[in-house]
Amino acid sequence: MSNRMKVVVLVVLALGLIVLFLFAHLRGDFDYVLRSRSEKIVAMVLVGWAGAVSTVLFQTMTNNRILTPSIIGLDSVYMLVQTAVVFLFGSTTLTMMGNTLHFLLSAGSMIGFSVLLYSFLFHREGQNLYFILLVGMILGTFFQSLTSFMQYLIDPNEFSIIQDRMFASINNIKTDLLWPAGLLIAAATLYTYRHLHELDVLSLGKDHAINLGVAYETVVKRLLMIVAVLVSVSTALVGPIMFFGLIVANVAYAFFQTYEHRYLLAGAALFGIIALVGGQLVVERVFTFSTTLSVIVNMVGGVYFLYLLLKERKAW
Amino acid sequence: MKKWMVLLVVLAAASLFVGVHDLSPRELFAGDREAWEVFLISRLPRLISILIAGSSVSICGLIMQQLSQNRFVSPTTAGTMDWARLGLLVSMIAFAAAGPLVKAAIAVVFAFAGTLLFMTVLDRVKYKDSIFIPLIGLMFGNIVGSVTTFLAYKYDLIQSMSAWMHGDFSVMMQGRYEMLYVSVPLMAIAYVYANRFTIAGMGEEMATNLGVRYRSIVYTGLLIVAVVSAVEVLTVGTLPFLGLIVPNIVTMYYGDHLRKVLPLTAIFGALFVLICDVFGRVAIYPYEIPIGLTVGVIGSGVFLYLLVRRTKQYV
Repeated sequence: MSNRMKVVVLVVLALGLIVLFLFAHLRGDFDYVLRSRSEKIVAMVLVGWAGAVSTVLFQTMTNNRILTPSIIGLDSVYMLVQTAVVFLFGSTTLTMMGNTLHFLLSAGSMIGFSVLLYSFLFHREGQNLYFILLVGMILGTFFQSLTSFMQYLIDPNEFSIIQDRMFASINNIKTDLLWPAGLLIAAATLYTYRHLHELDVLSLGKDHAINLGVAYETVVKRLLMIVAVLVSVSTALVGPIMFFGLIVANVAYAFFQTYEHRYLLAGAALFGIIALVGGQLVVERVFTFSTTLSVIVNMVGGVYFLYLLLKERKAW
Repeated sequence: MKKWMVLLVVLAAASLFVGVHDLSPRELFAGDREAWEVFLISRLPRLISILIAGSSVSICGLIMQQLSQNRFVSPTTAGTMDWARLGLLVSMIAFAAAGPLVKAAIAVVFAFAGTLLFMTVLDRVKYKDSIFIPLIGLMFGNIVGSVTTFLAYKYDLIQSMSAWMHGDFSVMMQGRYEMLYVSVPLMAIAYVYANRFTIAGMGEEMATNLGVRYRSIVYTGLLIVAVVSAVEVLTVGTLPFLGLIVPNIVTMYYGDHLRKVLPLTAIFGALFVLICDVFGRVAIYPYEIPIGLTVGVIGSGVFLYLLVRRTKQYV
């Protein structure tokens, strides 16, 4: 099967799942059910797309297949920034300014913050991968604790209410952010599409890329900004799902067996959509909401991640 | 050591009079009944549980680091806490009617088995890398944690689970904290066994050569760790990274002689938790910040610092 063919198959599969999600067990007030379901679908497509693309871009930049933006704690950074905005401006201001402005403000500060984090983690060449992984994971924990700490300070009585209102989860999708999120993703995708060839060269490694005439520092910095925006979007819509990007990207590498980002990116994004929509279908129909998708993804992803680590090490 | 002990005693005494209800030593001496009630039902149990939890968890970290010869192994980074939580959850599902002692016992079994599994994996990893091992441990913990969350969702026990996630001393009152006393004799045993743990840390062959029964020492150590972790999770909740940062800081300044640093570790652990708890009580008075949050922020922050500082070869 050619790669083009594979993409077509995935598109068909994704569309099939979407149709199934929209129309399965349709009863009651059609208008209402369909509207709420399509909002959910749009959110999942956006998140699947953003999560997968940001992971592939990040892995190409850093030249490895284990690190992902969420494993080094970028989505915790987003949560922290989001909370810090409320903390600094007060929760009444937040209600006044509305979710969209809050989101844009957080996403903006997130770009600056992730550049800092990146230069802290990757400031020297030949940095030990495990070191980066461990520091990234602990940084994630650190940001998370700081986030809950600040939320508590904002209002100890309404800790959980604030948490619910501010932070999304898959069953609590922030639908009012769909428009700004969609626009940001479209812009990021357009930019990536026009630089596909640079990405192919980047995956050869830093030295080769520079030799072949890629303005490495500039390109990496821009890509990092794109990644930051995509991570903000997906975290703002459905909250963090730690191992989602890792699974989707690695499945895409295995399925396409290529270095061409045209296919890798499209494939990973489609796998992302399939995984989210299909997974949510399973959660809703098989488990009847007795669990959440992120729990399942983290369970499967955690095992897979451990496998990758031990395999890499040839420890057994 | 003496000066730290004095500091701890002074702070501990002072902490008894910090809280929402006004309480002064004068009222106690005057024999005020209400004052004595607050003192005996709430303040004293709280102080005792802080002291025991802080010192015993820190000692656990020290034992684990000694046995594995790795500075970054602790109840948090080896997944022991996650196993204990899973055990508690399983006991709540399977033996809902059982008393707290049975539940704690099941949690101990899980924590012990999980930690043992982790240590066995450690043994089989050929090339030991001080960074790689906590990474694997944290991942193991994550997986166990997500299994726990999955079960908790299924059986509608998310609320009890979040109580075990975040340590909180404000609920430590008469009747809720007594189980922590189990940790006290265990700390004494740890002190008696200190030299043997050091030898066991040199590896199975070396230890056997030196005439120490390797297996039984390792099992003793891990059993202490499992019991302390389970009891702590059940009563107080998790104090993340406590068992990691306290022993590291102590050994950084006082060396690695286990028997010598063990009491110091206990004192520092208690001191650290006490300070964090008092801070939580005053920071947003009359509300309280749960100690799990304070320790979580400081703990992960210090761990990051230690990672960067103690692994210079990578940077």
